[in-house]
This record gives sequence, C-alpha cells and structure tokens, in this order.
Amino acid sequence: MTASGHLGEPVLEIRDLCVDYGVGKKAVRAITDATLTLHRGEVLGLAGESGSGKSTLAYALTRLLRAPGVITGGQVLFHSRPQGSDTTRTVDLLAAGVEELRVVRWSELSVVFQSAMHALNPVARIDAQLTDMLKVHRRKMTAEQRKERAIELLRMVGITSDRLLSYPHELSGGMRQRVMIAMALALEPQVVLMDEPTTALDVVTQREILEELMQLRQRLGFAVIFITHDLSLLIELADSIAIMYAGRIVERGGAQELFHSPRHPYTLGLINSFPALHGEKVRMEGIPGSPPALTSLPGGCAFHPRCTFALDRCSEEIPVLQRPVADSDGTERTAACWLQTDGQTVPQQLALPASAKLPAPRGEAAGAELPEPDGSIK
Amino acid sequence: MRTIFRRLGFYVLAAYAAVTLNFFLVRMLPGDALQNVLSKLRSAAITPEELKALAAQYGLDSHQSLASQYFSYLGNLLHGDLGTSTSKGVPVTAVLGTDLPWTIGLVGSATVIAFVFGTLIGIVVGWRRSGFFDALLPVATFFQAVPYFILAFLLLLTLGFYGKVFPYAQGYDTGNPDLVPGWNGTFITSVVEHGALPAATVALASIAGWIIGMRNVMLTTMDEDYVLVAAAKGLPQWKVAGVAARNAILPSISNFALSISLVVAGSIATEIVFSYPGLGYEIYQAILTGDYPLMQGILLVVIFTVLGANLLADMAYVALDPRARKES
Amino acid sequence: MRILRSTKVVVGLSLLAFFVLLAVVGPFVAPHAPDWQANTTSGVPQPPSSHFWFGTTQKQEDVFSQVLAGGRDTLLISLLAGLIASALSILIGVSAGYFGGVVDEVLSVLSNIFLALPGLLILMVVMKPLPPQDTSNPFLIGGVIALTAWAWGARVLRAQTLSLRNQDYVESARVIGERSPRVIVFEILPNLLPILASSFIFTVIYGIGAYVSLTWLGVIGVPSGVVTWGTMLNVSQASGSLISGWWWWYVPPALCVAGVGIALALLNFGIDEIVNPRLTSARTGRGSGVKFRLGLTPVLQSAPTKGDAK
Repeated sequence: MTASGHLGEPVLEIRDLCVDYGVGKKAVRAITDATLTLHRGEVLGLAGESGSGKSTLAYALTRLLRAPGVITGGQVLFHSRPQGSDTTRTVDLLAAGVEELRVVRWSELSVVFQSAMHALNPVARIDAQLTDMLKVHRRKMTAEQRKERAIELLRMVGITSDRLLSYPHELSGGMRQRVMIAMALALEPQVVLMDEPTTALDVVTQREILEELMQLRQRLGFAVIFITHDLSLLIELADSIAIMYAGRIVERGGAQELFHSPRHPYTLGLINSFPALHGEKVRMEGIPGSPPALTSLPGGCAFHPRCTFALDRCSEEIPVLQRPVADSDGTERTAACWLQTDGQTVPQQLALPASAKLPAPRGEAAGAELPEPDGSIK
Repeated sequence: MRTIFRRLGFYVLAAYAAVTLNFFLVRMLPGDALQNVLSKLRSAAITPEELKALAAQYGLDSHQSLASQYFSYLGNLLHGDLGTSTSKGVPVTAVLGTDLPWTIGLVGSATVIAFVFGTLIGIVVGWRRSGFFDALLPVATFFQAVPYFILAFLLLLTLGFYGKVFPYAQGYDTGNPDLVPGWNGTFITSVVEHGALPAATVALASIAGWIIGMRNVMLTTMDEDYVLVAAAKGLPQWKVAGVAARNAILPSISNFALSISLVVAGSIATEIVFSYPGLGYEIYQAILTGDYPLMQGILLVVIFTVLGANLLADMAYVALDPRARKES
Repeated sequence: MRILRSTKVVVGLSLLAFFVLLAVVGPFVAPHAPDWQANTTSGVPQPPSSHFWFGTTQKQEDVFSQVLAGGRDTLLISLLAGLIASALSILIGVSAGYFGGVVDEVLSVLSNIFLALPGLLILMVVMKPLPPQDTSNPFLIGGVIALTAWAWGARVLRAQTLSLRNQDYVESARVIGERSPRVIVFEILPNLLPILASSFIFTVIYGIGAYVSLTWLGVIGVPSGVVTWGTMLNVSQASGSLISGWWWWYVPPALCVAGVGIALALLNFGIDEIVNPRLTSARTGRGSGVKFRLGLTPVLQSAPTKGDAK
C-alpha cells in the first residue's frame, strides 16, 4: 500500500461535484468542480483550513449534507463489489433514490463522525446502536447472532463485552470514539468516511486510535476518505492527499510527493505551518491572512491575496487543476496554480523534484510493522 | 439514586411550603376581611365547637400565639382535618372527596389527550419540516393566547347552546330521575357526554403548546449528529425519525412541569363556565360565599395535585433519560 | 431592522399598536361615557344599529363606547404585571444562574414551588376580599398578578445565565476582577434580551388572561363608572345574554381580548424564530421548489459546470 501502483481499481469516483448553500439568489457556492478518485483499499486524505469545504464535500458525496446544502452538479459513482463477489455494480449516488441510497449506506459506505460524544444516541445502549443496522441490512441474522457480532465488534476495537449494556455517557471519550469506529465497521463496508475522527480526543488517545484504525484497515481492506485540518497526520497515514481551499481542490498527489515537493503555494504554506517531527529546526512560517468567506471570494485564484508568489494573472483568472510543469507525464499529480504552467519561472520551493524513492515514510507510524494489504494475517 | 432523593426532597419541601402559605394566606388578609370571616362563622350552620376550632384556625382566638396556632393547624392537617365548610356545614374533606374525582377526571383526560396528540403532531410536523405548521400557526396562536374561559364560552355556544351536539352544564344529567350515579352504562355515558365540552376546552387550549413545543425541539434535535448517523446507517426514515423523537420528547416532559399549573388553573375557569361539579366550580362558590375553610382546602388539594403531576413527569423523565439516572 | 423582516412580528406589532392606540385614545373618542344610558325604558338590549354600532346593554349603555373604554385598565395592568414579573425574574433567575451554589439551590427551589402554584386560583382567593380602593390601584393588582407569574421567566433566565457564565468573555471579565453587578449588567444582561423579551410577552399574555378572568368572575371589584372588557363579560353573562342571543354584548369584548392575545403571541413566535434560526420555515426550502430532507441532500443538476459537457 505504500506505493500507489498497488492500489486497486476505483471504488468511488467524484466528478465535477458542485455544492451550494441555499437556493436561488441567496445561494452561495461552497464546492466547485471537485473531482477525486478513491481506489480500493486506498487512504485518501482531504485537507484544508476550516471552511475550505472538505467536510461539505464529504457529506455531499454521501447525500448526508444538511439543509441548506444543495448539490448543484456532478456525479458520484460508487463501484460496489460486495465481499466475495466478482461483479461490480455502479451506482450514481447523486441520482439514487431513497431506497437505493439506504441500501448502499453503511453496508458499503459508512461514516465515522468527528465527535462520538454527539454521534452516539445518548438514550440508547451501546448494543442497540451496534445492532440496529444489522437488523436492517442483515435481515437473516438472529438476535443471538447480532449480539455475538456486537461483542466481536467491541472486542475488535479493544472494548470488553461488559460495556454492551452501557450508555454513551458512561464511556470515556476514547471509548466512545472506538464504539463509533466499531459501528462504522459493523457491516464491513468498502469505504469509510472519517471526518476528523480523533480531533476531539487527547493526543495519546488520538495516536492509539489512529494506530488501531490503520491496523483494522490493513486487515479488512476498506478504503478511507480521511478529512482533517492536520496535514502532518495525513503525511503519515494517507496514500494520497487532496488539498482544498475555498471550495476547490487546489492540489492532488501522492502523500509523500505532496509533502516533499508541494506544487501549490497553499500546500507549501500548510506544510510550513507545522513542525517536522524529525530533522533540523526551521523557522515556522504560517500563511498570512485568513481564509476568505464563501460569500465574498476574491476574483481569480481565491488564494492570491495570501499568496507570496501571486502573479497579475492570479487575480483575474481561476486556475484549473493540471499537471505541474515540474512533473513528468507519468505522475498523477495536479495543481491549480498559474505558476505551474508552461513558460513560468516556478519558484524553487515549488519545483522540488518529485522524490518517489524516499525511505518508507511510515517508519514511526502505524503501518511499518504490519503485513501487506492482501490481508495475510486474516 | 441520589437524584431521586433530591427530587423527593423537593416535593416534601414544596408540599410544606404550600401548607405554610395556606396558613398565612388568610392571615395576610386585611382586617375587615377577617371580620367578614368571623361574621360568616357565626352565622354558619355549625356547632359551637366547630366555631371555636375555626376561630382558632383563623387567629381570631386571641388566646393563642401565632406559633401554637400554626402547630395546631399542622397537627389538624396531619389528621386529615381541614376544618368545616362555613357555607355547607360539613367537613371540608367531605366536600373535597366528592369534587376531586370530577376535576381529576376532567383535567387528567384532557391533559393526556392533549399531550399525546400534541406530541405526535409535533413530531410529524417537525420531522417533515412541514408547511402545515405555518397554516396551523394562526389557529395555534388563537388557542394559546385566548383565556380558557373565552374558549369555553365559544365551545359552549357553538357545540352546546346553538349546535346542541353536547350538553353544556353539570357533570351528568341531573334532571333525569332514572339516572343512578355509579358504575352503570347510562351514568357513565352521561358523564362522558357532559365532560366532552369542558375536556375539549382544556385539551384545545393546551394542545397548541405541545405541538409547537415538540415541533421546535424536534427541529433542534434533528440537527444533532446522532440523528444524521441514524440516516447514514441506512435505517428506514421512520426509524431515523424515531431516534429524533425519542430524544426530543425529553424536553417536552420537562416542559410539562412548567405548564401543568397553568392548565389546572385554566380548567378551573372552564369548570366555572360549564358549572362542572369539580373543585373549580366549588372554589368559585366558596369565594362568593366567603367560605374560607373550603377555599383553603381546595387550594391545598389543587397544589398537591399539581405537585403530584410534576412528580409523575419527573419519574417519567428519569425513566426515559439514562443520563438523569446517573448524574450525581 | 432585522426583526421587522418577519411577517409574524409585523402583523403582531400592527395589531398590538391598534389595541394600544385604542386603550390610549379610546375613552376620549368614545361617543358616550361607559355608564351613559340611552333614554329609554326598554329592559331589552338593542342590537347593533346606525345609532349604536355595537348595540346596547340591558341598561341601555352603548356597547361600542364600553369596548373603547374597557381596554385601558386591562392593558395597563397586564403591562405592569409583565414589567414587575420580568424584574423579579431577572433578579431571581440571573442571581441563581450567576452565583450558583447555595444561592442557586434556594432560588431554584423557590421558583419551582411558585411554578407549581396554580396562579389564577390563588389570585381568586387573594383578590376577592380586597376593598375597592385597592382593586382600583393598577400597581397593586399588577403586582399581585406578577407575584404568581415570575417563576417561568426566572427558570428560563437562570438556565441561559448559567450557560453564559461559562462563556470565555464572562469568565475573563470575572478573572480580571470586574465586580459582579458590572459583569451582570454589561456582559450577561445584553445577551439575555431576546429571552427576556419572550418571557415578558408571555407574562403579559398571562396577565391579560388573569385580569380578564378575574374581572369576568367578578372577583376583582371595579368602582362604579369604570368598565373593563372582563366586567362587560361578567355583566353580560349575568344578564343572561348568552341564552337570550344578545351576542353583540359579549362578542366585541371577547374579540378584543382574543385580538390582544393573538398579537402578543405572534410577536412571541417571531422573536422565537429570530432567537433560534433553526426554527424558521426558511430552511424547509419552501418557495425555492427544493425539498430538504434529512439524509437526502437535494440534487439540482442545473448549475452550469464543465461537468455538463461530459
């Protein structure tokens, strides 16, 4: 899983997704032409400051976005291949009806919410919350089997079965998030959407849970869309990363390439705003200014007022995602920046060679000592 | 467990406060009002002993200190002695015994109907973010904002006096000599018929509040993540709505405590309009005749009834919210 | 002003303005004094005519003039009741929420006890023996009504104060040594205004209901020559107008009471929606042709995107 070449075929394709808040005159564009592909077993990181639209994108593609969110265009193709099956069935989630969506939900695409505190029903016991989707999606299971499954799920995330009859408020924050994860994996979905799954936790618990999560991912082989504002986290656990700014994807690429050779000034700014865990000390540089409100986006590239490399063109025309000049034809990298077009002198920081041969980056993180994703420990 | 004891403690305290308030209420009256009471006592058809007891009860017997008056009042109360009605010449407890079932039946049935239907309608209206609510709003405001007695008269005139759909006075057909009060079909039918309009008044006046309250809580609850999780889980719509409703009902139950005393006060006015033989009509008569022992007795019983209803709501809340069971 | 954008608020305010105007100038523009009697020996009320727009009472008083004169005391007393009750509920609710601890315990128990008291009943018992010089004092009547009405507001204000107290800006004001009254007046009260407005309006509605009910019952005696909507209903009912079909006698005052109540209730709804935008019907998407449903984000494939070309 370290090299993107090993990834399977696409499981989720988002094409030109557009999202508005509100309808008619008062509508505000929140996501513009987002295109992303998630492959089987891949961890795709979605990063950006708050308000960049990363959560909006994630919830819109599942059709869970709340009012006044409206999807105004695009396709979300889910290529479903249930376990043990060889045939792939494709559903456009944006064209799907209530019942079609209901069947896909959780059994093939589940969600881990940011705060398990709020995502668990406060008046229902854990066992009820771990089995209600079994009742609906696995009609043939008996009550006994459901209970066994619930125990199995809890054990999987390191919780003893005596917690089955607890209420959410009786669990610690870390335990609640583990229950949420167990819940998300109950039907062995092919894709799990994780919306900042550890932000609400303390650092130690955060790390524990992330490691468990990645182990489970290795074992069960689901693909992940991981939303976070913490780019450093993604460098460790994602295969590829998409950076969002003001409702647009501004750069896309493999996690390592993106980290070591950013192509978009915004990505560079994000990378420079957190300390490296290892290596020499460097002066921290944040990004000047703050992200714009969606209601008053600057003309041209939305990032240009904060960009140190801005050209005249940047305030006039919106750049599209394209292969940066510094990269060869073979890579899947794209960036939406006028600097990366032919004929421009690309600043040195944004033209570092794409170093595909870096040492395995997951050294300290979860993955290193784990077997390959063919599920050999299963 | 501690929570429950704390709540029970509150009810004991509240009951004690009501009893004490009741004691001082009469003593706070202006002097000539007290003289009035005294003259009523003298002219009432009661025995000299009862007169003496009542005089003591109202502090008209100057031989007793306030403290000893208070304690003898408490002592009497503990023995179930609320004094003698000056207008009827019978023990207050006897009057209460005949009146209370009528009021409990009326308020109880009307409140249960209003709460159940109001909550259900509120759930549906909130869940569907229905435009139905906006159409309902003017009607709802009317029922909420108009005093009970005006609503009562409206029903009395339309469905009773002019419409002749339901009888509009008394608790049962008192003019029918064949009717024997008791557990027999004709009597019960008569009671239900006579109770229809008063109960409808109380239910209509309070149901709008339940609908609006439940709809509002439903809308805020639907913004909670766990409701979205239920939808994300692929549960059927009605189950998702169920998760929201199950949580939204909790504040509605707490609101019950806020409004039950208003409902009870309103049903007192309603009873008066329909000459319904309950506590409300009785206390009105008692006020007109200056029958203080009866007034106080009714006041006490009504307060205790409200406290009892609150206690029930509290218990329901604890039963429905696991967090309430655990806290402290 | 933002508040005027709500139809409910605008309708409520206009209706209310009409009744307030009526209460202020009504007695002056009325064609007759409330106790003026038409010169006739008939003991039967006259139905509405060009001469008497709303007909006459049994004593041949002009109903129209009585309705115009009858709103003043009702509105004044319920306004006073609302003001006094609001002051009490601020005092008790905010102190309970702000100081917490034993103060909170005691004041909360007090509020809860008052909440359980059936106000109208107590008012009936207390008001009846009051001599006329007391019952004609609007401050006294309003005050007594307020005593039975403050607890609801206190409870709501306490809850809100409690959550405000833990906000950073209040916390920091306390930490840098601002004195409590200052923190309450400058940091907390401004944020309580919407809730206060709502509970004030609620109390005024309650006050109107209570005062009209009490005067209808005849529990509050009014000096002769003074007429209120409630006493009109009382006299009308006692004269048997309900069974005699003299509807013009009781319908106008009842409609006025209902009108004031509805105006205030609409105002309250409007404020509620401003305080809590999640309750507005705007989020239902009505008018835009889009139906929002939880867990089913609407899809409009209308926006011109380059995706359309594919």
